[in-house]
Amino acid sequence: MANRTLPLTLPIALLCSGCTGWQSVLDPHAIQASRLEQLIWLFVAVCGVVWVTVTVVLVMALLRRKTPYSHTDTRMTRIVRAAVIATVVIITGLAIVSFYATRGLSSSDATALEIRVRGYQWWWEVTYLDARADQVFITANEIHVPVGRTVSLQLAAADVIHSFWVPNLTGKQDLIPGRDNTLSFTPREIGVYRGQCAEFCGLQHAHMALLVVVESAGAFEHWRQGQLAPAATPRGGEQETGKHLFESKACASCHNIQGGTASGTVGPDLTHVASRRYIASGLLETNRGSIAAWVADPQTLKPGNNMPRVALDASELNALSAYLAALQ
Amino acid sequence: MMRGVGTLVLSLFLVEGCARESRNFRLDPPIAASLDAVAPMPNRIGGAAPETDTVLGQPYLTNAYNLNQGKQLYTWFNCQGCHADGGGATGPAFLSGWWRYGPQAVSVFISIRDGRPEGMPAFGNRLTTEQIWQLTGYVRTIGAYSAQTAAPSRNDAMQSRPSENRAPATVATPSDEWPTAPSR
Amino acid sequence: MSDSRQPGVSDAQLERPELESHLAATWRTPGGLWGVLSTVDHKIIGRRYIVTAFVFLALGGVLALLMRLQLAGSERRVLSADWYNQVFTMHGANMMFLFAVPVMEAMAIYLVPLMVGTRNIAFPRLNAFSYWLYLAGGIMLWTAFALNMAPDVGWFAYVPLSGPQFGAGKRADIWAQMITFTEIAALAVAIEIVVTVLKQRAPGMTLQRIPLFVWSMLVTAFLVILAMPTIMIASTCLILDRLVGTHFFNPSEGGDVLLWQHLFWFFGHPEVYIIFLPAVGMVSSLVATFAGRPVFGYLAMVLALISTGVLAFGLWVHHMFVVGLPRVGESFFTISSMSIAIPAGVQIFCWLATLWDGRLRFRVPLLFVIAFIITFVMGGLTGVMVASVPLDTQVHDTYFVVAHFHYVLIGGAVFPLIGAIYYWFPKMSGRLMSERIGRWVVGLLFVGFNLTFFPMHVLGLLGMPRRIYTYSPEMHWDALNLFSSVSATILAAGFLLFFIDVIRSLRRGPQAPENPWGASTLEWATTSPPPGYNFPRVPVVGSAQPLWDEPESLAVACGLRVDRRELLITSVVSAQPQAREASPRNSIWPFFAALASTLMLIASIFTPWAMVWGSVPVLITLIGWFWPKGDPEDEG
Repeated sequence: MANRTLPLTLPIALLCSGCTGWQSVLDPHAIQASRLEQLIWLFVAVCGVVWVTVTVVLVMALLRRKTPYSHTDTRMTRIVRAAVIATVVIITGLAIVSFYATRGLSSSDATALEIRVRGYQWWWEVTYLDARADQVFITANEIHVPVGRTVSLQLAAADVIHSFWVPNLTGKQDLIPGRDNTLSFTPREIGVYRGQCAEFCGLQHAHMALLVVVESAGAFEHWRQGQLAPAATPRGGEQETGKHLFESKACASCHNIQGGTASGTVGPDLTHVASRRYIASGLLETNRGSIAAWVADPQTLKPGNNMPRVALDASELNALSAYLAALQ
Repeated sequence: MMRGVGTLVLSLFLVEGCARESRNFRLDPPIAASLDAVAPMPNRIGGAAPETDTVLGQPYLTNAYNLNQGKQLYTWFNCQGCHADGGGATGPAFLSGWWRYGPQAVSVFISIRDGRPEGMPAFGNRLTTEQIWQLTGYVRTIGAYSAQTAAPSRNDAMQSRPSENRAPATVATPSDEWPTAPSR
Repeated sequence: MSDSRQPGVSDAQLERPELESHLAATWRTPGGLWGVLSTVDHKIIGRRYIVTAFVFLALGGVLALLMRLQLAGSERRVLSADWYNQVFTMHGANMMFLFAVPVMEAMAIYLVPLMVGTRNIAFPRLNAFSYWLYLAGGIMLWTAFALNMAPDVGWFAYVPLSGPQFGAGKRADIWAQMITFTEIAALAVAIEIVVTVLKQRAPGMTLQRIPLFVWSMLVTAFLVILAMPTIMIASTCLILDRLVGTHFFNPSEGGDVLLWQHLFWFFGHPEVYIIFLPAVGMVSSLVATFAGRPVFGYLAMVLALISTGVLAFGLWVHHMFVVGLPRVGESFFTISSMSIAIPAGVQIFCWLATLWDGRLRFRVPLLFVIAFIITFVMGGLTGVMVASVPLDTQVHDTYFVVAHFHYVLIGGAVFPLIGAIYYWFPKMSGRLMSERIGRWVVGLLFVGFNLTFFPMHVLGLLGMPRRIYTYSPEMHWDALNLFSSVSATILAAGFLLFFIDVIRSLRRGPQAPENPWGASTLEWATTSPPPGYNFPRVPVVGSAQPLWDEPESLAVACGLRVDRRELLITSVVSAQPQAREASPRNSIWPFFAALASTLMLIASIFTPWAMVWGSVPVLITLIGWFWPKGDPEDEG
């Protein structure tokens, strides 16, 4: 089971990580992102030099003392020709570097961890694939991977085009209905990395974030076993009431909680919702209060999203949020 | 004269457009609760719609966003399991344009919320009132006699019927489903 | 109008004052509403087009300010998600379809006939028709915005989001039909430009003597003719999918979601060159005049224009680098996208060479050229960056790309355009704009633009995606966004000052002589503003800089009739006179045809039957338009 104090320590960790590049292209933590970051700096350097050169020549042209215009331009022709050749050389060089970087990005690793990510308006369904059917499990909006092992994502879309992008780890790839795309990355450092949908997908495109948690192999296996297990049994009367409410009200039509009777497939799987750091696809940090707030009024927090407001009174809301907050 | 005609046409579009295109994602809770307050006839065929629905201008029948959401809900909650894409399977067809419990929106709403004998489950506990109204509005476009501008268009799925905004999809034909007495 | 079987009165027979009064009567546009609706004078229509396009620019600018206001801080509630989506879609669609392309074509409509020395543009009634259709499309789009019906799917409207299942209501249909309006108008103007440039040039204006602006408009017109049909097909397929239930973009029935992207970007990439190449032509005109010498390397410049145009059709996949196409295929487009920097580089080097050796006069248009070079080169270089497939996988659909395209569009097209307005305003209106205010405009625009958009490069690299209506405070994007939003007010102030200067100068600007800048091209050989007939007699040119090489008096050709509208048709390559062509008189039919087409196209958003019934009034108006006039068309 995940660390129960994580919701408390996470904000502090987040504050610190914000300085070093939360969701930043320039803060790579995987092999692919590192290569891309180096490529970016190379391009910035080369293009910067070119721009400075052009600007300096322009300023010199504007400020210099003029000789009377003569109709012969042979020397100028040679200079311009040389500049054009230099341009061709630079562009050829950049294209070659770019081509090699492209080759370095793709990898076909047979030992890769296979995960299917399916994009919905406006959340991410994550299915951990395995040759053995009983090792397959579904979660949402948060991906855990062991450090150092290549991850191969199969990207699918349920409705419109989305784009999977975790800049600290690798470049993005679109999720396109009717198309099977793949993306792979090899994380190098333990940490928590944020990603966001990068293709406009409708009303709440701005709030379609996800988290990739890179952890040690042992921690990953511990997490995986936790996800495979059915939902935690409710402890105490309030949680029992909450479970009963979940299964008898509209919640069960859309959401699945393994080990109970709720088996909806329209919305995210909630079997281990409290083990995730955020709810509503990166909108709110997971704790009982935010779960209650979300359930009470989802349309104010994320207007236009597909979760309806289920009418609940105060005690029902308390019971429900107690139950859900315990689903580690 | 041309200008006058143009202005008239434009203003017609204006009025219709406002109702069709507005997006209202969150009904105030009291209004949402009051949408449940339909007053059905004793035989549960037809009845009075909630006052708030009428006051709001029947948004679930005329608003494109609501009808579109209804269409999504139709797929998500597997109405196709019994009704197919309107052609009917174990449940009655909508495409024929004939309504077993009458064409009124309130009847359809009651069918979805409370269920009907002979197999229609009650979804009152399974869906919110707003969702049931969205489904109601959508289901009525399946069997509509005339094309409605606000009606949704085809699914990004396999073709099983013409789009709802190409109504009439089929013409109502007498069938042996016509009951001679109200079914109970 | 005399019977043209009789010899008629030719301009060879008359002296100058009598000649001018005859011509003025033949080529006049009457006053009042009838004159406004029926004119076919390219200068009136061109001015109208320019003013309308700038109105759309101002409206789009207000939308931009709204967006910046919303994004100035995290989780602001200035615009709801739905309104923000409509606003950014409107901003993009308005700027690209209602401002950028039309304004460039409008400058061409006004200037090209004058620069090539002819009396009117080819197909003048089609010209009038195109303006009314463009205006109707713009009014339709903005009315829809006022009615909460604006498209909300982005200016490139990817399916399935804009498709029948996920695009509720008529919003995406409004977008698709607006495309139809503006693209028909653009195609019409492109055809006119091609014919004018190839067949109506002044005698002696061989292909090597055409001004560079005219060359750029010729290449642009061919781009329009080859690229615009693609977007019309795409938007038609979209409307058919949504209205009628076809399956062009439905993968379940054999369609393809990516088909939309290919079709759109096959148009979309040449579109940006349709916007950029006219600006390049304007820069050439400005540089030549204010450096006091012809642009260095005429042949290189022309070849650069043509090769840019050709290459522009081979780049489109660079908008699709992350959709999962084979990486080797994508690498081809990396090479082609980077290689288009080469002709652009050629042009920059030629301008620098011109400036190096010229005698510079630092008037406002030249200041805009300087701002253009600095800004556009930066935009072009970030373009080389995003042309690289792996680099693009990180920055695609982020604010880095937003920064890039604003650098090339504003730096590369808007700065030259404003400079061109300062330059040609005296010719169009007869009054000079203010040098003093103009310098303030350059400064505010240049500083405001760079302060607003440079931070967006950084924001993109810090992970900020495009098209988000808000962002979380934990992302730490607040500071840069606030800086950008505040700087946007400086940019807005620059535009506001520009509009103020235009209005002020129209009322109280100093009178402009025929050639206030001492320029070399033919439009400066007539009064400011030119009379309805442009030139009293058709000029004959012997070089590429006619007013510099023959400063005293320009040679002219005689023989056109003055009692009916005639202009001279010349051969394509060497501009030998071939025939005298009758030019259409004022006609109300283009306006009626545009009205009928507008009704048909708007109604077809709601029902497919509109195409059937709506084509009847269109047919009637076309019959009126083409009804034979009874006089012979051409006389050798």
